[in-house]
Amino acid sequence: MAAPPGRTRRRTPPERTDRRSRPRLRSGRPTGPRSGRFRAARPAVAAAAALLGLLPLTACGGVSVADNRSGTFTTMGFGLGDAIATSRIDDARKALAPRGMDLQINEGAFDEQQFLSAVAAGDPPDVVNMDRSLIGGYAARGALLPLTDCLRKEHIDLGDYQRSAIAEATLDGAVYGMPDSFDSRILLMDASLLKKAGHDATDSDVDTSDWKQLRKLNLELKQQKGNKLTRLGFDPKIPEFFPMWARANGGSLISDDGRTAKLNSPRVVEALEMTSGLIRAQGGWGKFKALRDSFDQFGKANQFTKHQVGAYPMEDWYVAVLGDTSPQVQLGSGYIKDRKGKPVNYVSGTGWAVPKGSRHPEEACTFIKTMTSTRAWVKAAEAKAKDVRGRDAVYTGDYTGNLEADKIIESKVWKPSGNKAFDKATRQLYDIQAEGFAIPANAAGSEFKQAWQDACNRVLSGEQTPRQALDQAQREAQSALDIADQGRK
Amino acid sequence: MTVPSPTTEPAPAPAGTGTDADANAAAPLRTAPDRRERALRWRASWRRRETLAAYGFLSPWIFGFVVLTAGPMIATLWLSFTSYDGISEPQNVGFENYRQLFEDPSVAKSLMNTLVFTALRVPLSMAAALAMAMLLLRVGRATGFFRTLFYLPVMTPSVAVGILFLLLFNGNVGLINTVLGFVGIDGPSWTTDGDWIKPGLVLTSLWSVGSTVIIYLAALKNVPQDLYEAAEIDGVSRWQAFVHVTLPQISGALFFTLIVNTIASLQTFTEAYTAFFGSANAQTYSNDAALFYVVHLFQQAFQYMHLGYASALAWVLFLVILVITLIQARFSKRFIYYEGDER
Repeated sequence: MAAPPGRTRRRTPPERTDRRSRPRLRSGRPTGPRSGRFRAARPAVAAAAALLGLLPLTACGGVSVADNRSGTFTTMGFGLGDAIATSRIDDARKALAPRGMDLQINEGAFDEQQFLSAVAAGDPPDVVNMDRSLIGGYAARGALLPLTDCLRKEHIDLGDYQRSAIAEATLDGAVYGMPDSFDSRILLMDASLLKKAGHDATDSDVDTSDWKQLRKLNLELKQQKGNKLTRLGFDPKIPEFFPMWARANGGSLISDDGRTAKLNSPRVVEALEMTSGLIRAQGGWGKFKALRDSFDQFGKANQFTKHQVGAYPMEDWYVAVLGDTSPQVQLGSGYIKDRKGKPVNYVSGTGWAVPKGSRHPEEACTFIKTMTSTRAWVKAAEAKAKDVRGRDAVYTGDYTGNLEADKIIESKVWKPSGNKAFDKATRQLYDIQAEGFAIPANAAGSEFKQAWQDACNRVLSGEQTPRQALDQAQREAQSALDIADQGRK
Repeated sequence: MTVPSPTTEPAPAPAGTGTDADANAAAPLRTAPDRRERALRWRASWRRRETLAAYGFLSPWIFGFVVLTAGPMIATLWLSFTSYDGISEPQNVGFENYRQLFEDPSVAKSLMNTLVFTALRVPLSMAAALAMAMLLLRVGRATGFFRTLFYLPVMTPSVAVGILFLLLFNGNVGLINTVLGFVGIDGPSWTTDGDWIKPGLVLTSLWSVGSTVIIYLAALKNVPQDLYEAAEIDGVSRWQAFVHVTLPQISGALFFTLIVNTIASLQTFTEAYTAFFGSANAQTYSNDAALFYVVHLFQQAFQYMHLGYASALAWVLFLVILVITLIQARFSKRFIYYEGDER
């Protein structure tokens, strides 16, 4: 705000200097009036020049992930959180060194805006790690390079990798990403709670194929004090695991070719009715989510030690978290089963891809090959297992998406810890991998995902019925797919 | 900035104002040498060090405005008539993006959410700020300390405020419901119930009301004490003094904060985005009740890569804000008192 005119301080006029008092240069030559003015104005001009010089630096405050130095290889969307990451990065660094490349890891989760800005500006990283469900959308828009040549040159056999993970990153027959993780879903149970309720902690007692029994068990296990929900009975983990429930009910969210949304098909609607009903029966989404949000998920006072949840499907990494923070919990584990009793495993994970405009696409190929190689994975798993065991925690295996690596890790790196509950969970996680399914790659990427997630949320918040929400989601998703598919063959 | 042109004719003054009329009468008498003299003076001014220094100091703003505001605005206006995903070349689609705006249910939803949020937030934040400023006025010597204390939350990053919202307003273990529980109130599900998300975000936004408090405090300090003394002699109550003396005297500040807070509320983004849309996890549990207009715009631009459509959304928001501001300015005129006004 401008200061009121009456309050501005008046500048006193500069004193005039006569010829005699004018400063002299060392040469003895008197400075003229012009240079005198320059001298007086010099601080002001310098300040303005400094500001102007700083502007380009401050105004263009975005993070540049690329590095213009030709010998620097940059990544995006990858963190060095544990030995699994650091060990493989060491290998990649060594693989790139003979090519004169210095590896620069821009740590942090994948950020869509940062990635798009970088690609649009022609300043992308050399390689990017992102959720595989997003790869199809970026590939369709031309933001990623197909890995066809890379796979051929580096003699990478796709048969060595989990089929569902490769399919998730394949659009129109071209592979755009290689798996960097393979997250399975397993049923976790609080064995002590189930025992108290007169059940065993097995997937026969918590049987997801029998929805009637599941509803009954849900009510048995949930706990309420006054108006406050203090324990979840069964948490179906929707919206995030909704594709798994649709599959368990014999449905699918999208056609195999990734072009037709099937969000309002009867089996999908029925799956949402059942899962949202489980939450409604526990007092509704507000109370349910408030309790779930209060879990100390990664701490020692987690939901198992505090008996805040009876049973729920969960990603494999949480078994490792429990093995690390609270190996003493009475953990039960089992398979999620479809309506016919067959195990269902919804898988997801991240993948490595090469952005359009990558300055070092060939080196990116070497990097990806190294990071996903059997040798690098096994070495990294050994380092992680040593680290975990050194903390008296339970090592629960690693699941990589590389079939050979998984076999070696399971048979040689992982060893039964003696903690039966965790050992059983680990065995089940290895066994269930073959049943893995993922949502087929599609050109709408995150728009498609957001459509079905929003539908679940509208139902959970009571805004719409499952049928209404999925009808709307179907329209939104199909519209997004149609637009995104315009440029496809 | 407008620099007087040497060839500019003097603007006609409104009729009926004595001095301006005189000036007007004198205007035709200006001769060509006058204009030349003015032109020479203007040119000569460029040689003065004060002028150069002034433009030197102004240049960061001029550069910033042209490159970071005016340039992008023109670019988005052009992009709003194209289909552009940030990667391929933009393709002209005429008014298609604007047509789609009317068919997109999320636009109506997000606009309504934004208007409801604004309607709740602006009066509440102004009332809260005024109440705090009046309290500050009474604390005497400690004013400086409390003024700093009230202003400190403004320095909190908005992202942190978004996280704070989730923690404070958790229906199960949040501080707000815990406190409400002490007085026997079973608090709502602030973060998941669509009916309570916007009120919760409005209450959270009061966290950063400090800057408005400072403006009101300055305005309150400028109210002449003799007006209160005269009112007291007339036997008016405190409430009457507040309504008939304080409010008119600070109406300029109230109007300014009304405009600024309205614009800020219509552009609200960070807190809601952080809490409901900012991460993969937040996106999974997003809630339509928190889908504000700028959040929708951001999603279209940077999540779905519809940069042309997002540009059209941006221009519509600009026009909505312009219209609302003009309406406020139009209807507020009669209620604003400026020192020196003849009214």
